[in-house]
Amino acid sequence: MTAFLNQLPIGLSIGAVLMLIALGLTFTFGQMGVINMAHGEFIMAGAYTAFLLQDMVLALPAAFLVAGVMGLILERSAIRHFYGRPLDTLLLTWGVSLVLQQLARDLFGAPNVQVPAPAWLSGGVGILPYNRLFIMGLAVAGVVAVWLYLTRTGLGRRTQAVVQNRQLAATSGIDTGRVDMLTFFIGSGLAGVAGVALTLIGPVGPALGTYYIVDAFLVVVAGGLGQLRGAVLAALGLGLLNSYAEFWSDASLAKVIVLAAVIAFLQVRPQGLFVLRSRVLT
Amino acid sequence: MRISRPILSALLVMALAACGSDAETAASSNEIKVGLLHSLSGTMAISEVTVRDAELLAIEEINNAGGVLGKKIVPVVEDGASDWPTFAEKATKLVRQDKVAAVFGGWTSASRKAMLPVFERYKALLWYPVQYEGLESSPYIFYTGATTNQQIIPGLDYLKEQGRNRIFLVGSDYVFPRTANKIIKAYAAANGMEILGEEYTPLGHTEYSTLVNKVMQAEPDAVFNTLNGDSNVAFFKQLKSAGATAESMPVLSVSIAEEEVTGIGVENIAGHPVAWNYYQTTETPANEAFVKAFKAKYGQNKVTSDPMQAGYNAVHLWAEAVKKAGTTEVEAVKKAAPGIALDRPEGKVTIDGDNQHMYKTARIGIIQPDGLIEQVWDSGEPIKPDPYLEGYPWAAGLAGQ
Repeated sequence: MTAFLNQLPIGLSIGAVLMLIALGLTFTFGQMGVINMAHGEFIMAGAYTAFLLQDMVLALPAAFLVAGVMGLILERSAIRHFYGRPLDTLLLTWGVSLVLQQLARDLFGAPNVQVPAPAWLSGGVGILPYNRLFIMGLAVAGVVAVWLYLTRTGLGRRTQAVVQNRQLAATSGIDTGRVDMLTFFIGSGLAGVAGVALTLIGPVGPALGTYYIVDAFLVVVAGGLGQLRGAVLAALGLGLLNSYAEFWSDASLAKVIVLAAVIAFLQVRPQGLFVLRSRVLT
Repeated sequence: MRISRPILSALLVMALAACGSDAETAASSNEIKVGLLHSLSGTMAISEVTVRDAELLAIEEINNAGGVLGKKIVPVVEDGASDWPTFAEKATKLVRQDKVAAVFGGWTSASRKAMLPVFERYKALLWYPVQYEGLESSPYIFYTGATTNQQIIPGLDYLKEQGRNRIFLVGSDYVFPRTANKIIKAYAAANGMEILGEEYTPLGHTEYSTLVNKVMQAEPDAVFNTLNGDSNVAFFKQLKSAGATAESMPVLSVSIAEEEVTGIGVENIAGHPVAWNYYQTTETPANEAFVKAFKAKYGQNKVTSDPMQAGYNAVHLWAEAVKKAGTTEVEAVKKAAPGIALDRPEGKVTIDGDNQHMYKTARIGIIQPDGLIEQVWDSGEPIKPDPYLEGYPWAAGLAGQ
């Protein structure tokens, strides 16, 4: 019974990890519709930033900047030429992801590196270690920050305006190119932050991004494009489903169950939990 | 662009000339080509790149000593990319196109199983350098890593000796862990050990909280760990944050060697036991030389591990067999190989004539706070390889599965 009850906080903590890796993607994929396969490598860049600094607290803002700037460069140099061509973007960013993985391998070597966990994160409450609680706290903080940005700041409102109707936003005097840049910067930066947090629980190596990219897309698609609350609910739902499915079966089967559940769900609601209503998109 | 006829014919002539000179160098040169086929990218690169490095070192050593049969060995390096069909494809390319004398390569059993039909079909040689689950003996593969009775069974003997009889099995979801666990369960049934649980996770899995919860609830005396690659990092980090210690619940691993320890973080894994045939700290004259040469070539901060050493041995053993055979021709090398015995870093290694595996000494070690592994137990003498466990009554019937 304890094991069963333990799975509840475990599910929530898996959900927090999913939320954190998907948060940046709700921007680049959710808001802009860019299928960025290199998102996982921005997560990796964040993790390596933590490795270089060897300091978790310092690494959070630094990783945001590093990954954000990488995203900015990618957007300005390549992706912006492919807006409205999702398949080409997919191939392009997939290629970029391979290049970045190899770059990491050349710079840091193929073996994993170690980021020491801060001493204040050792120990825990009940089944949840402090590092899991830290990740949950970071996920909540990230969601709140993104929500405040989108609804309470001028830049955020402009972002939403561009998502809902690009042409109308442009005619109203919004520089949509700048908004795209900024959105991509923030989305990529959030991936970097996720990377720092993941060093607490997972490997830090060149292939790191590939372990999380599919889950991140799963959350955003199930939650509904451009829907923050959808992504939050989807992350928690998938986290709990994963936790209990693995508890009753095993890790391989749990993956199958989660994937099947998402596919079945998308049959019923093809656009995810929440749908953005907009004339342009319909 | 239109290419005028004279230019076109000039290009053709150049192309033909290039082909001709290529064929000529291959035929007349004083070179023997060998293939090195490991994952240089993808999830397995973490482990396999170092094996390739060790094999390159062995080739360099042999060449510096005059080569074999008066010829220099030239490595052709290919990337298996952690993708099993790619291994088969690259193996075919090495054998058919490059016409290499032998291939040294593979790590996961899945990659070996993918390459096996290629080598059997074209009657070419593969030297496979990693411990594996046994129950295989291809006439075209030499196995320089341990088979189960040289690693897993000694590991179980050690746990039993320590009085740790209630075991939890954790492994990656593919052929090696599943077969290894079948053997472990048969051993446990015959030796009064209890298996409390058996869990598998996909390769590259990083979320271990549920599995750790299951392990902690079962309260085993020890965990037998057959996870492979990056998953080990996530597993040990999350196991430690859940409060497990090496004293209360040692995790015996068979796929974690010196170079993985750094990536896992030594504070997460120090004190846990591992089972291999070789450690960087193994005290033999050959090992002193090997560690020194490896560090000189690749950097003082590099470590040496069992699979690297097995890859390094493979090249030397093959060269020895070629010398004995007087040719690189596959059937002659196969015939010359049995009985060849060399003093290697891990001690005396002899090629077994029945199954092309090696006689190897089993060693259990404990991971130290400095990241190296200290031996605490060994089998005394090299153990005869027994991939089908024919010498173990309790294992009857396993081979058929």
